[in-house]
Amino acid sequence: MNLLDVLIQHSPPLIVAVPLLGAFLTPLVGRINEKVRNIFALVMISITGFFIALLASDVFTNGPRVYVFGAQNLTLPVVRVLFEVDSLSIFMAIVTFILAFVALVYSWSFMKENDGLDKYYTLVLLVVASTLGMELTGDIFNFFVFLEISCISSCALIAFWVHKGESLEAAFKYIVISSIGALFVLFAVGIFYAQYNALNIATLANVIQFTFLDKVALVLLVVVLGMKAGLVPMHMWLPDSYGEAPPSVTIVIIGATQASLYGVFRMCFTLYSGAFQNITISESTIGLIIIMLALLTILIGVLMALIQTDFRRLIGFVAVAEIGYIFLTIGVGLVTLHDPDMIEVGKTAMQGGIFHIINDCLDVGLLFLVAGAIYYATRETSLNEMSGLARNMRCTTIFFLIGLLAVSGIPPMNGFASKLLIYQSTYQLNPIISIIAILASIMLLAIFVKVFYSAFLGPKISKFENVKEVSKSMLIGMGVVSCIIIIFGLFPNIVIHYLVEPAVNALLNNAQYISVVLGGV
Amino acid sequence: MSEMSKIVRTISNVIFPLITIFGLYVIAHGHLTPGGGFQGGAVVASGCIMLLAAYGSAWAFERIKEKRLTAFESLGAVWFIGVAFLGLFVGGIFFANFLVGLKLFDNFTLFGNIPVVGSTLADINTGGVLPLMNFAVGLKVIAGLFAVVLVMAYASSLKEWKK
Amino acid sequence: MIYNIPFIAVVVMIFIGLYAVVFRRNLIKMVIGITIIECGVNLFLITLGYREGGVAPIYTSLPKGTRYPSEMVLPVPQALTLTSIVIGVAVLALMLSLVMHIYKHYGTLDVRKIRRLKE
Repeated sequence: MNLLDVLIQHSPPLIVAVPLLGAFLTPLVGRINEKVRNIFALVMISITGFFIALLASDVFTNGPRVYVFGAQNLTLPVVRVLFEVDSLSIFMAIVTFILAFVALVYSWSFMKENDGLDKYYTLVLLVVASTLGMELTGDIFNFFVFLEISCISSCALIAFWVHKGESLEAAFKYIVISSIGALFVLFAVGIFYAQYNALNIATLANVIQFTFLDKVALVLLVVVLGMKAGLVPMHMWLPDSYGEAPPSVTIVIIGATQASLYGVFRMCFTLYSGAFQNITISESTIGLIIIMLALLTILIGVLMALIQTDFRRLIGFVAVAEIGYIFLTIGVGLVTLHDPDMIEVGKTAMQGGIFHIINDCLDVGLLFLVAGAIYYATRETSLNEMSGLARNMRCTTIFFLIGLLAVSGIPPMNGFASKLLIYQSTYQLNPIISIIAILASIMLLAIFVKVFYSAFLGPKISKFENVKEVSKSMLIGMGVVSCIIIIFGLFPNIVIHYLVEPAVNALLNNAQYISVVLGGV
Repeated sequence: MSEMSKIVRTISNVIFPLITIFGLYVIAHGHLTPGGGFQGGAVVASGCIMLLAAYGSAWAFERIKEKRLTAFESLGAVWFIGVAFLGLFVGGIFFANFLVGLKLFDNFTLFGNIPVVGSTLADINTGGVLPLMNFAVGLKVIAGLFAVVLVMAYASSLKEWKK
Repeated sequence: MIYNIPFIAVVVMIFIGLYAVVFRRNLIKMVIGITIIECGVNLFLITLGYREGGVAPIYTSLPKGTRYPSEMVLPVPQALTLTSIVIGVAVLALMLSLVMHIYKHYGTLDVRKIRRLKE
């Protein structure tokens, strides 16, 4: 085997181990110099990206890949921890890599005047490692451990500016809710181990029956992972945390939120799909409940964002509304996928949902980066105090315009492509769902036009005389995200054909997921 | 916190080596008896914290710099991941147990004996890579827990707290 | 009936912990409530592994005549519990440092006086 094959075979653990090694080496490297430490962190993320690209090129053509820790061959029954990478996992890993790279480039100059930056870079690399671990693993207890690691590191990052009282309050709220939630996930893992004597997702999916305890475990898992993703009525921590953390941290935490969303996909469609096939009534109930909660999420997110005056908290509520769109497609998928004449509707909805994951990350991330640039230049966060910034900060205004068009779903940005798929498919299930979704998009446009007018247009204020454009690394970060947004918006069918369709097909192809591990049983 | 009386300081001087040796015993025999990296590291860390409580925080801040504790912690973590990567290069798979059955010089194995299945008397020369990883985790836990308590003692002795 | 008592204790502990987190105003009491929930879940995991008449799953110096591994208690839940205890220590250290920072900033530990992010 040549070198490339060896690298592809060993890349699943290396994708998680290289940021972990970087996180542990950063305090030692940081004693030398500051620039060396920043470059070291970027080099580690680039090596991870290289391995992700290699593994993606293999998984999209050859199907899922299994890596067993500590043994050359997989022996049944499965007792070892294993990583199972299929197309949906590697798609989420690509999303996480883009967010992490942009965050590190952006924080080169954004965080320059703070001290304690050794610990900042260590924690960012730890969040990236744990998020990638959550997305690649095939063992449910391993998923819980990576969930807890990401929860602890993100909480420490949210409270990074300790001189402000609001950051401390947001971080305390986050850690209380997240740790209680993670303990309930551990309870559900204990229920699975007690009944089936297995911790591997593929083995559990093979033998699961829908007993009463399994229903309890399903409710616990969906509620807790939905809470970590921002579903109403468990969304209270999200605007606080996204609004009070440093903006370069918020982008990385968006990645952690999407990993919990990936967890909901994996639990509902892979782990429980055997149970849902035998009993049709209960599966529709779960789907309908998720659809109702998702509609509530979209409405509450948009309505609360209308009345906000703090810039970053407003974008936090918009992030809640965008997550609602993805949960809507999960619900539609669960309701329609076992009905033979509506299966195409379900597949289109899931394609729209999974495409919307990457679009939502990029759009909301770009808006947070713009808010961070305004904070860096003017030290203002409240919309009542800002005015007339377009004269001094031209590039930032253009990036904000791109983010505005993308989030409201207006062509030619990428938000339009995914939202059109969502509107099309949910209209065929029930017209009211898609009417509410379209109304929410229109209200998002209204919100951001108001923000644009009050922050960037308007009369000049004397205290903003000397405001200059932000430095180059922040502009490069925002520019990379805008380029990806425009490219995805101009060629959406290429993206759907190469990235999204394999992911949806892998998610629905449960038999292939199980047979890669259990060998055709 | 201020320092305690002479009796407390003398007794902690006497007991601290015993606690440390017991903790290191629990770390080293992790593959034979209950224990391992975290448990033994917590025992040694509580011994160190007992010294901190007996001698007062002023004494501790002069002797122990927090940067060195962070360096020890990073050393423990890098050792753990380094052994895992060594499993990739030497054994062929990540986290492989490459020391089992490996003869280094003639008749010398580093934790490499293969134990007999069943009830035996314990042989410490078994376990492969596990005792090395136990040492790494134990070092990290000692440094980490002691650093946490040291920083909390430092933070609570600052002037702004005395309201 | 007697083998169900640990499970009843688990449920009681989780409810006591949830009561402390939801209904108490002092921050330290909320942290203690989270620790009680964690102890309850750890007790649940350990109780799952019990087999009647079993010995500890250690091969060193077993009592004479024990048939291994069928007369041993299950070892996997013990490993899960250990990991959970380590995670609990880390979360506890983080929460207590946040409480110290909040006290230094606001001068009080009452949750109603600390809330600034309201709507």
